[in-house]
Amino acid sequence: MKQMFYGGVHPAEHKEATEQKPIQPLSNAPAQVVIPMSMHIGAPCKPVVQKGDTVTVGQMIGATAGLGAPIHASVSGTVVAVEPRPGTGGVPTLSVVIENDFQNTLCPDCKPRENVDALTSQEIIDIIRDAGCTGMGGAGFPTHVKISSAVGKADTIIINGAECEPYITADHRLMLEHGEKIIGGVRFIMKALQLDHAFIGIEDNKMNAVNHLKELVGDAKDITVRALRTRYPQGAEKQLIQAITGREVPPGKLPADVGCCVFNAATTAAIYDAVALGLPVYQRVITITGSAVKNPVNLLAPVGTPFSHLIEEAGGFNGTPARVISGGPMMGFAQYDMSVTMGKASNCVLCLSKEDMPAVSPNPTCIRCARCVNVCPMHLTPLFMNMFAKARRWSEVEEYRIMDCMECGSCQYICPARIPLVQQFRTAKFAIRQQAAKK
Amino acid sequence: MEEYKLSVASSPHASSPVGTKNLMRDVLIALIPAMAMGIWVFGPRALTTTLVSVIFCEIFEWGYCKLMHKPNPCGDLSAAITGVLLVFVCPVTLPYWTIVIGDFFAIVVVKQLFGGLGTNFLNPALAGRAFLMLCYPVPMTTWVLPGKEHWASVVSAADATTGATPLAVDFMKGGVTPDASLADMFIGNIGGCVGEVSAIALLIGGIYLIAKGVIRIRIPAAYILTVAVLTLIFSRAPEGVNVFTWMLREIFAGGLFLGAFFMATDYVTSPNTPKGEVIFGIGAGLLVVFIRYFGGYPEGVCYSILIMNICVWLIDKATLPKRFGVTAEMRKAEKEKAKAAKKAAKEGAEA
Repeated sequence: MKQMFYGGVHPAEHKEATEQKPIQPLSNAPAQVVIPMSMHIGAPCKPVVQKGDTVTVGQMIGATAGLGAPIHASVSGTVVAVEPRPGTGGVPTLSVVIENDFQNTLCPDCKPRENVDALTSQEIIDIIRDAGCTGMGGAGFPTHVKISSAVGKADTIIINGAECEPYITADHRLMLEHGEKIIGGVRFIMKALQLDHAFIGIEDNKMNAVNHLKELVGDAKDITVRALRTRYPQGAEKQLIQAITGREVPPGKLPADVGCCVFNAATTAAIYDAVALGLPVYQRVITITGSAVKNPVNLLAPVGTPFSHLIEEAGGFNGTPARVISGGPMMGFAQYDMSVTMGKASNCVLCLSKEDMPAVSPNPTCIRCARCVNVCPMHLTPLFMNMFAKARRWSEVEEYRIMDCMECGSCQYICPARIPLVQQFRTAKFAIRQQAAKK
Repeated sequence: MEEYKLSVASSPHASSPVGTKNLMRDVLIALIPAMAMGIWVFGPRALTTTLVSVIFCEIFEWGYCKLMHKPNPCGDLSAAITGVLLVFVCPVTLPYWTIVIGDFFAIVVVKQLFGGLGTNFLNPALAGRAFLMLCYPVPMTTWVLPGKEHWASVVSAADATTGATPLAVDFMKGGVTPDASLADMFIGNIGGCVGEVSAIALLIGGIYLIAKGVIRIRIPAAYILTVAVLTLIFSRAPEGVNVFTWMLREIFAGGLFLGAFFMATDYVTSPNTPKGEVIFGIGAGLLVVFIRYFGGYPEGVCYSILIMNICVWLIDKATLPKRFGVTAEMRKAEKEKAKAAKKAAKEGAEA
């Protein structure tokens, strides 16, 4: 039986451009990488290298300062600058700029670990922390914090291979080509959390990945691979938990509060790399796609590669691009500067041509069709939230539970009047937070 | 690399292919079978009246917005739907000028004066009909019977054969089996308003709308089922008539199907929450049966929907979806806590 969560939408998938294409390394390594010191939720890292230092691949260049995960060099070469550079979030971010020497010298600390089976739970957590693992699906929550806060509390491990955003195929290819890393990673997570079972949830538009992972698991009873209904936002943490376990995460609570711990598929593979191969997170699979690039690809690219370089790897722009997005079309961030670089959580660079741009209306008028209410996976009423937000009546917007909104964009996607709902809600949330801070 | 400009906006960067205009167009398409049956039963005057009504609705909408310096809304086709639906709930013999007055009331008074598309609280077409009922009760209740002589009635409909509809006092309201057979009532070979006579044509349109996802099934299903159940249990069937076939007559007669699929589901004037939609449908169903059984009118669809329209905001407020992640136990605990706090406050005040 297909598992369900409430609401959701099914946008055109557009995955056919890259789902058959194997992951390839870059054909030309970038001459320079710009590694932002803030690729995770929490405090930015403190750079531990200076201009002029030589670094090797996998060498730590940013140390945690508070909540966070360390950051490592993704190419070998010389540090040419430590300064704020444009970030995908729209604001300049302190970054370490490394001139590539094209030698790809690996840091001597990065070597395969022997007798991994003897590692204890705490040792695995420490390795994950030192490797700089963060959630690679988008949010970028430090993985070791997630695990250590869930030890003893969680009873269910879920690996998120839903990849519900249209266009993106990075996790899909990773599961197909490196399924053994996913399975290996899951077993390390199970050990770290001291649990003996885990779920892997994958949308049923990727049945080849489901079957491949099922084959790899074989007769083992410790991992269950589940095919999930293809419906956005299946990969949202709370919706995935609801679909697999039937539990709902209460407002303001964490998945661990309902005994669940969710890891992205790419994060799981990164955990395998860290624990078994001794490699920190300095590269990842990223999909470069959209109608505005000539040759859409899945790339294994070093963290810090500029978007302009990634787009060139995909054959360059095909005609005139209208919008370049970091992430998927539903929750990604539109970029205006092609010198921004990919981080640990970047799973896609989406280049849209004019034809694929979302419809806009010069005079959006709500017709109260309630489609937004019927698709909201968080059981909200976007049309009323929008009405009060437009009138700047923040307390009413709050009564309509705007703070539960996760900005998945389902309501705006389905809106026939093309009302910019998510934009309105972001503004409202900002105003409400400001008001609360004043008090 | 060539020059290009990138646009930046908040996510999502994708939109559903269905826009407001597509929805309105689908409603118009769904009305085609009923229109065809209207023409078949009542002659070409059904079509000419509809065209006049649509044109005047668009003119009133355009004129009002021009006068008020509002953006021209005529592209969205919503006024055209009002125009068609108003004719559908009037007798075919109604003079053209009367229809135009109804159009004016529906578009200018009911819709635009309350803010235009999306903000009117009454269904414009039904409010227009209610207004015409008050002003011109005789032509509004003069029903022509189906017949070929109507084919010459485009200009003046004076010589059409008139008679009672199946719901009238002479028939069902008086507990008498109508002349028309059950099949006639299902197909539409009966007297009545232009668009309401053929249950099957309306059903086809309704199924099209539901299949296309334009309307949700909750309101029509709740509405029709309520009427069906009530008329089955409290049947006014004459002796010797199967209560079940009588129930079918009750739901095929009058404007129930037109109301259920095209009027009660009007986006603007129906509730927005899933539970609210069901309550709205049941409420309208109850009112139809009450008006038909105990009221002065033989038919109650129009007023049942108008009355429920007024309750929409209340229903919406009372039926907000349950908050994600809050279980029944948590809600109960919260309620008890609030009760205890209230009690403590009361005791504190007394002390």
